[in-house]
Amino acid sequence: MSMLNVTVDGQATQVAAGSAILDAANQLGIEIPTLCYLDMEKKFNQQAAACRICVVEVENRRNLAPACATPVMEGMIIKTDTERVHTARKIVVDLMLSDHPLDCLTCEQAGSCVLQDLCYQYGLEQTTFAGQRNDYPEDATNKFYSRNLNKCVACRRCVTVCSNFQNTKAIGFGDRGFNTHPVAPFDRGMDESTCVSCGNCVSVCPTGALLPKSKEKFRSWEISKTETTCSYCGVGCQMNLLTKGNKVVGVEPLNGAANDGLLCVKGKFGFNFINHPDRLTTPLVRKDGQLVEATWDEAYSLIADKVKATKAEFGSEALAGLSSARVTNEENYLFQKMVRAAFGTNSVDHCARL
Amino acid sequence: MAEKKQLRIATRNSGFIDPENIDSYIAAGGYLGLAKCLGEMTPEAVIDLMKASGIRGRGGAGFPTGVKWGFAAKYASDTKYVVCNADEGDPGAFMDRAILEGDPHSVLEAMAIGAYAIGGNKGTIYIRAEYPMAIDRLKIAIEQAEAKGVIGKNIMGSDFSFDLDIKYGAGAFVCGEETALINSMEGNRGEPYTKPPFPAEAGYWDKPTIVNNVETLASIPAIIVKGAEWFNGIGTETSKGTKVFALAGKINNVGLIEVPMGITLQEVIMEVGGGVRNGKKFKAVQTGGPSGGALTYKDLDVKIDYESLVACQSMMGSGGMIVMDEDDCMVAIAKFFVEFTMEETCGKCTPCRIGSKRIYEALDKITMGQGSLEDIEKLKLLSVAIKDTALCGLGQTMPNPVLSTMRVFEDEYTAHVVDKKCPAGVCSDLLEFIVVDEKCVGCTLCARVCPVDCIGGKVKEVHVIDQAACIKCGACLDKCKFDAIIKQ
Repeated sequence: MSMLNVTVDGQATQVAAGSAILDAANQLGIEIPTLCYLDMEKKFNQQAAACRICVVEVENRRNLAPACATPVMEGMIIKTDTERVHTARKIVVDLMLSDHPLDCLTCEQAGSCVLQDLCYQYGLEQTTFAGQRNDYPEDATNKFYSRNLNKCVACRRCVTVCSNFQNTKAIGFGDRGFNTHPVAPFDRGMDESTCVSCGNCVSVCPTGALLPKSKEKFRSWEISKTETTCSYCGVGCQMNLLTKGNKVVGVEPLNGAANDGLLCVKGKFGFNFINHPDRLTTPLVRKDGQLVEATWDEAYSLIADKVKATKAEFGSEALAGLSSARVTNEENYLFQKMVRAAFGTNSVDHCARL
Repeated sequence: MAEKKQLRIATRNSGFIDPENIDSYIAAGGYLGLAKCLGEMTPEAVIDLMKASGIRGRGGAGFPTGVKWGFAAKYASDTKYVVCNADEGDPGAFMDRAILEGDPHSVLEAMAIGAYAIGGNKGTIYIRAEYPMAIDRLKIAIEQAEAKGVIGKNIMGSDFSFDLDIKYGAGAFVCGEETALINSMEGNRGEPYTKPPFPAEAGYWDKPTIVNNVETLASIPAIIVKGAEWFNGIGTETSKGTKVFALAGKINNVGLIEVPMGITLQEVIMEVGGGVRNGKKFKAVQTGGPSGGALTYKDLDVKIDYESLVACQSMMGSGGMIVMDEDDCMVAIAKFFVEFTMEETCGKCTPCRIGSKRIYEALDKITMGQGSLEDIEKLKLLSVAIKDTALCGLGQTMPNPVLSTMRVFEDEYTAHVVDKKCPAGVCSDLLEFIVVDEKCVGCTLCARVCPVDCIGGKVKEVHVIDQAACIKCGACLDKCKFDAIIKQ
């Protein structure tokens, strides 16, 4: 692959052809703020380049260039730290803030909101361009998340992730001009769209416009994150469990090899069973028609006795095994081994084939 | 007799031939250019000729057409597209419509020449659906051209084949921007995307595509036939050939004109245009539509070409020229054009989506007498930032009406915010209608016509207008026979 010479803020480096200015800056450890940039997109020309936060100066170019979507050319000289760049970025953030409620004190996203971080970075306590603001009713028709478009900055991440990665295409952009906003078909509720509630839009939303319907109230700085593998199926999606105290309160996808930063409805939202009072934490054994709590030894003995008795009376083919996708490959291997070797039958299957 | 100022190249046939009869076009030298290309020239030679002619895009940005074709020729692909941009949207500009209605074959011929030059074989005309007559004539033209064998398979017995179809725009201004146009043709939301990749590399259906404006295309057959030297002998150092302008507004000769590049504003307004209507004083002319800016009475000596218009914070645009006289308020004019862009922005990028709204709000505030000097500074800051950060040409040029009017008429802005007066007497919130005591005869006509009954006074006595109740409709001023009511 051919390499290109590029200079960012006076530092020279080489990047592969097809790299964006943002890649060159990252390589040199030069930070450029981004908002609509989606790192799942592998090619610079797939970036929406809509927010215009990442603009930089490029020598011999008339206007500023979006670092995320502008490819590096041989000999390019880039400046990211000039007054022109900072003024432009500050005005862009200021404009976003002018169409955004100032309710950070009670906003669930506070602390992990990109707009809030940018306002902090550019010292914006309030907007200098006060004017009319968009006013949309909240849409809570989806069972797992709510939509508050008054907090939307029209970055398009939700539409991109839904259209290009989840491939559900439940949302698009509607209206023109100042009223441009993400819409479900005919600008109706999410419940009337083809949304599968995967929640990837919620994961990528940089502000509080898309929020999970959480049973717990928590601030982003109260939680700790534990990296783990989703246990719902065999794909192996990587994710962080968000815990407050000893309780799981949320899930965020990680950019693992198997999932590229995506999750499905179960991985994203299906964690409330963990602390649910109905959840079984010990085996139950039926005694006199009633299910009663038992020890693991009791339960295993009962299973072993029943299997032996059935095999003795009716033969191996009277037995079959069905295992769960929620256990590991190794455990599934052991299970089929047990069914074939100990039960003596090949009738073994797995719920993921259903 | 005065020297003739107009020179018609793009509009050479409009009005002279029967646009619904291909023989009429052929009799006027039509399809000779295509025949010359296919018979005598290699595709490279056609591109070299286009480059040598110096012709630049007539749709607004002025990109050299030959260079654009050269890029598209460079990329290997089984399919390449020639797209004619007929999504004419600037208020007051209708040269593309005039060409398509008056000489559709010149556009078809040029598209075939373009396809031959870049190694393509498919063409699409993207035309706004509000041009029914142009669409009808294009359909007739395509049918007749196919019957004559100048469009279709093995044109004029050569190996070159070229097919054409028509797609309709739904009237979105931004779809005149080439990437938005391509999105719209593909059935997507009509909004621009970031270049590169340029359409010449990956455009319509990701294939190499050239997008050319109607007026550009209409000039091309003439250039092929008469040669590059003929064309580049007309115009200025950097802007060759002629440009069609649509004169509108307060000018005596309203309509389309075609003049050589480098003609002065003075010649266009005062000679070709016949001067300002009703003997009023020329104040400014909005060039380049809502994305352009105002050239003023101080710029009468400016030679009209791509570069000098940009130097005046305006642009060539598609060639609309809206003439304003001393009765026009420049703040109100800027507000008018920004309102247009504000409504037409696709809303994709932040500076254009929200910035246009904020610029409009600031101008609105100023015209209502609620602005401050700080608002003027904010306007400047915002305008410069939007030009610097917006995604496409529409956003980058949207603040031009503000910046170009401020360049010469900042005192008008100041008058609105400091003196709370509109010097041109346009902004109604800043006007007062006053009775001139010496002239009023007390006829009571004004009092009777006033819709809010705010004029008091007895018969044959001087009347008085209650300023607090007056809604500034101007009915009294129109009614008074003694010029006893003035607005100031």
